[in-house]
Amino acid sequence: MSLQLTGVSKSFGSQPVLDRVSFDVERGTRLAIVGASGSGKSTLLRIIAGFEQPGAGEVRLDDRLLASATTTISAHRRGIGYVAQDGALFPHLSVRGNIGFGIPRSAAREGRIREVMELTSLDADFLDRYPHQLSGGQQQRVALARALAPDPKVILLDEPFSALDTGLRAHTRAAMTRALSQSGVTTILVTHDQEEALSFGDQLAVIAEGRLVQAGRPAEVFDAPASAEIAEFLGAALFVPAHANADARAVCAFGDLPVRHDLSAGARSVRAMLRPSQLSVGDNAGGTAATVESARQSGSAVELELRFGSAAGFSLTHRVPLYEAHRFPVGRTVSVHVDGGVVLYPETAASDPVRSALAP
Amino acid sequence: MPAGVADRKRPPVGLVVFAVLFAAAALIPVGYVIQAAFAMGWQQLADLVFRPRVGELLTNTVLLVVLGVPCAVVLGVGGAWLVERTTLPARRLFAVLLVMPLTIPAFVASYGWASAIPSINGLGGGLLVATLAYYPLVYLPALASLRGLDPALEESARSLGMNGWQVFLRVILPQLRLAMLGGGLVVALHLLAEYGAFAFLRFETFTTAIVVAYQAGFAGPNAAALGVVLAMLCFVVLVIEAAARGRLRYSRVGSGTQLPAPRVELGRAAPFVVGALLVLATAAVAVPLANVGRWLFATDAADWQPLLNATWQTVVLSVGGAVAALVVALPIAWIAARYPGRTARTLEGAYYVASSLPAIIVALALVTFTLRVVPAMYQTVATVIAAYVLIFLPRALVSVRAGVAQIPEGFEEAARSLGVSPFMAKLRVTAPLLLPSLAAGAALVALGAANELTATLLLAPTGTRTVATGFWAAASAIDYAAAAPYALTLVLLSVPAVALMFAQVKARRSR
Repeated sequence: MSLQLTGVSKSFGSQPVLDRVSFDVERGTRLAIVGASGSGKSTLLRIIAGFEQPGAGEVRLDDRLLASATTTISAHRRGIGYVAQDGALFPHLSVRGNIGFGIPRSAAREGRIREVMELTSLDADFLDRYPHQLSGGQQQRVALARALAPDPKVILLDEPFSALDTGLRAHTRAAMTRALSQSGVTTILVTHDQEEALSFGDQLAVIAEGRLVQAGRPAEVFDAPASAEIAEFLGAALFVPAHANADARAVCAFGDLPVRHDLSAGARSVRAMLRPSQLSVGDNAGGTAATVESARQSGSAVELELRFGSAAGFSLTHRVPLYEAHRFPVGRTVSVHVDGGVVLYPETAASDPVRSALAP
Repeated sequence: MPAGVADRKRPPVGLVVFAVLFAAAALIPVGYVIQAAFAMGWQQLADLVFRPRVGELLTNTVLLVVLGVPCAVVLGVGGAWLVERTTLPARRLFAVLLVMPLTIPAFVASYGWASAIPSINGLGGGLLVATLAYYPLVYLPALASLRGLDPALEESARSLGMNGWQVFLRVILPQLRLAMLGGGLVVALHLLAEYGAFAFLRFETFTTAIVVAYQAGFAGPNAAALGVVLAMLCFVVLVIEAAARGRLRYSRVGSGTQLPAPRVELGRAAPFVVGALLVLATAAVAVPLANVGRWLFATDAADWQPLLNATWQTVVLSVGGAVAALVVALPIAWIAARYPGRTARTLEGAYYVASSLPAIIVALALVTFTLRVVPAMYQTVATVIAAYVLIFLPRALVSVRAGVAQIPEGFEEAARSLGVSPFMAKLRVTAPLLLPSLAAGAALVALGAANELTATLLLAPTGTRTVATGFWAAASAIDYAAAAPYALTLVLLSVPAVALMFAQVKARRSR
């Protein structure tokens, strides 16, 4: 059936780390949990793995109670694999010894080792190498192969790519995601990287200050973040004061725009959220007029600072490709178009606790 | 894992029980001192302590420490700086030469000097021999600290306009403070505990006087009163060191770097520096060894005959001591490395105090304890091994603790998530990784025990003769030739331990 968490709470001393976290992960699906550092996401994973005991709540796997405040099944009896941030490969064992560690000695052992190595795109030449002879990405793939080898019901990944270089990270992530989907194992990934979380799983959960603040399909969560803070955490966002009309439209500095989702809960003053990718800048009329205040080259793009309205208005930074920059010299008045609608949130005081908890 | 989570974990109760029991046993000598002081009562203690003879001993002992420790610190730090941070010619050779005195037990060096220049005696002779024997105890930590220092600090100081000498005084020396204090403390404790070297030179300290009192009146009030004063001196040394250390921690080590540190040009001073180091090496190494060699030529077959049996008995006792020390060290090392917190600090403090008492007090305490509580244990192999554990426990503790700390807990967790039980995870993952540290700790204890003289003299079963006590019997009977084969064996037995310590220091940079 599934992995099921119900009201899982945990505190270290007087400091609460997890606050009534509940979710279900269907068998064979992948869940990415994203949160800032210190949000409790690693503790959550360690509770599922069996390295920590919850203070309250229950963890069940296929209706079998794994952990509650009073009972706990030892980590080694859960059938849950775990890949740590640094891989935790045993330095005194070869790749064969590491991957075979959790497989009982039998005739089938060697075959299973080769099978999971193939699954994780590891060359058979690596069998007799030692962890220190492997690159970081290879080490992580060996760690995944080792976790997959005993055929666990669930695999937990604790920031497995964060120690890798940028280039290696994308490659390793692709290889590992492929291996996981081929093996069909239920997977939970914990990360602080929004891109990673949005691209990894079937499901995405956002955690802040020990609470699960939103869960759903990644596209849905990104499209309709439950709060302005989550919207900002998941990617660059623009907020402008707005006025909601009755016919699912809102008027703001960018004109009269359709409302995709109204999450303002009927608040009197609202603001509209849009993503920078929704903006396009042209020199024809028809859009919102803005003045190019400054231009700064940044790699293959130019960052334009656009000011809307008079000096008392607001400004935003917009990136255009280098080869188009000549069309927007400083001082030129340009026209800004918005594609797609906006999401409405209530206007709140700046000191929102969830916001500070999510700040990357 | 969020910072501070480990602090809130509690060590397993069974482990704590073992650590507490071992700590209680380790505190037997401390208990003996306190009990002796109270049992005698103030009047008797005062009568025994406030005597001209004790005043004389006190003057000798205090002068020895007050003069010997600074000399050892200067030699140790200076030597380490010369080989590590200057363009000294043949510095690799000198790096090894400077540590070599550690291979010669102080009482063997003393025998070398006394048999070469019979007129050497008193405070001057004691200072000469002991300083030369013990300065490597400062040299090694100073060398380790220098290798661990980030050269970027020195480069920054130079970029701020300091010359080489100012960099040494204002940047390097303050960073060596821990090494100097720690090394100085160890030297001071060794000076307080040394018996053989001073007895040879007819230089009386509390330790030599306690042995004499023991030989005359057993573990009676006289020996006990002197023991109380000696223990107080050790306590004073510990307090002074702790106060000077303040809030600094021994474990703090620079992250190090692959970049070689800049070396100071010795220039025209080089020949003089080389000359001074050669004089030092001659006095500390060549003189004792040459005299051992000289007496070896005077030996006949009969002098070599008891050596085999003595070596065998030494091996049995020191291997037993090493294994027992590991058993005692493992629980506290595990708690200290895995569950740092108040429990760990308290227990470590108990072991630390217990192991700083001199061997002679450990021996007195064990004699008294066995006779009064478990007479069956008196003068048995088990008691000798217990004494070795008490005396050399820090050597095992440091190695094992560092070994445990190097093994991330994540390894055991990974093993458990692969379906392996916690016990099997320790057996299959932690144990193999811990083995080198266990071996190193055991080797250091075994080789220390093989050279141990004072406690062995008092505690060994009748008829037991180790290499050290065999040497002592021959040498104190002025049979220098018969002592020579034992002396050679003692030096050879020490070489592996010293090589091991030196290798551990040299490995610093690669971390």
